[in-house]
Amino acid sequence: MAFIDYYKILGIDKYATEADIKKAYRKLARKYHPDLNPNDKEAEKKFKELNEANEVLSNPENRKKYDKYGENWQHGEEYEKARQQQQQHYQNGSSQQSGFEGFSGGDYSDFFESMFGGRSTRGGYRNSVFKGQDFNAELHLDLKDVYTTHKRTLTINGKNIRLTIPAGVENGQVIKISGQGGEGANGGPKGDLYLTFNIENHTNFKLDKHNLYTTVDLDLYTAVLGGEITANTFDGKVKLTVKPGTQNGTKVKLKGKGFPVYKKEGEFGDLYISYQIILPENLTDKEKELFTELAKLRSMK
Amino acid sequence: MKTDNWILLQTISSHYKVELPFFTHLQELGLIEIEMIEQAPYIHSDQVYILERIIRIHQELDVNPEGIDIVLNLLQKIEHLQKDLVAAQNRLRLYETA
Repeated sequence: MAFIDYYKILGIDKYATEADIKKAYRKLARKYHPDLNPNDKEAEKKFKELNEANEVLSNPENRKKYDKYGENWQHGEEYEKARQQQQQHYQNGSSQQSGFEGFSGGDYSDFFESMFGGRSTRGGYRNSVFKGQDFNAELHLDLKDVYTTHKRTLTINGKNIRLTIPAGVENGQVIKISGQGGEGANGGPKGDLYLTFNIENHTNFKLDKHNLYTTVDLDLYTAVLGGEITANTFDGKVKLTVKPGTQNGTKVKLKGKGFPVYKKEGEFGDLYISYQIILPENLTDKEKELFTELAKLRSMK
Repeated sequence: MKTDNWILLQTISSHYKVELPFFTHLQELGLIEIEMIEQAPYIHSDQVYILERIIRIHQELDVNPEGIDIVLNLLQKIEHLQKDLVAAQNRLRLYETA
């Protein structure tokens, strides 16, 4: 187990006074307190370390034990007793039977660590009632998945949670689900679950806020003469009337055919369709003849 | 008036060991709303979450109510900025793939 330097955590030296320790702890606590750093895992980890360091160093007795026994300070007395017994054993010679048979001095600290267990991790607030740890999770979805509101069961830390995924939730959006975090301590409330949505778009539509953008191929003849075409919307098809003389790149707006607005039922953005005129290929001789005729007529104008 | 979703301020005061004038100060600053029901001060259960946060900042970080007001305002600004950042990143992604 790596040694944790509580002095280093608080940014003080070994000879710091009680006032120095208190001042250092308070300054760092104001910086890393979870209420001032929501959703920040690093700050949360740092705050726990600060509390642990403060708990040990601000208590003169604990500090003395820590300075003497290091990371085993909590079991310092048993450690000391066992060390003294061991020393006696070696002084009296190896013919004496003891509970330490086949035990080498080099493994000493590991043995006691396994006997007494590791350091208990403490963190959290100075209050006696502790709110449970907040959990963070990421949910990967496709754009199609968030077009409609639906329920989904997620497994987080071994626990099944049935959630309603609202339509229109955006990529990168974070939703807080209260009470789905870790258990509280001393009757404290459960922590919360922060769910980040990672939404990938594998459709032919581009999404900007609630508006969708797409390109529709338009044949030359319909573009010139006008007509009707069928285009895809996000959830179906729509018939569009094309005006005669529609230029390449012309945009049409279909109101309400975009993406649902988050938490506003029935409200949708718009769909913008850009026409991309496709020139005919593999013309027959007759077609070429007619186009040549058209070109002549146009040039005479 | 029913008190189902209302919590007696005295209960909160005893539980968190915070004096009643502290809550009055918070109300003066507009951080919480206290309702008088049958001549006793109550707060709505919806406010408990924010009130707990305020108490933690006050008790653990020694921040006074005016300071807490500033802190909460700044945190709200940070939250809006984070949302705008995500929206801007999404927009940028849109044009990068165009």
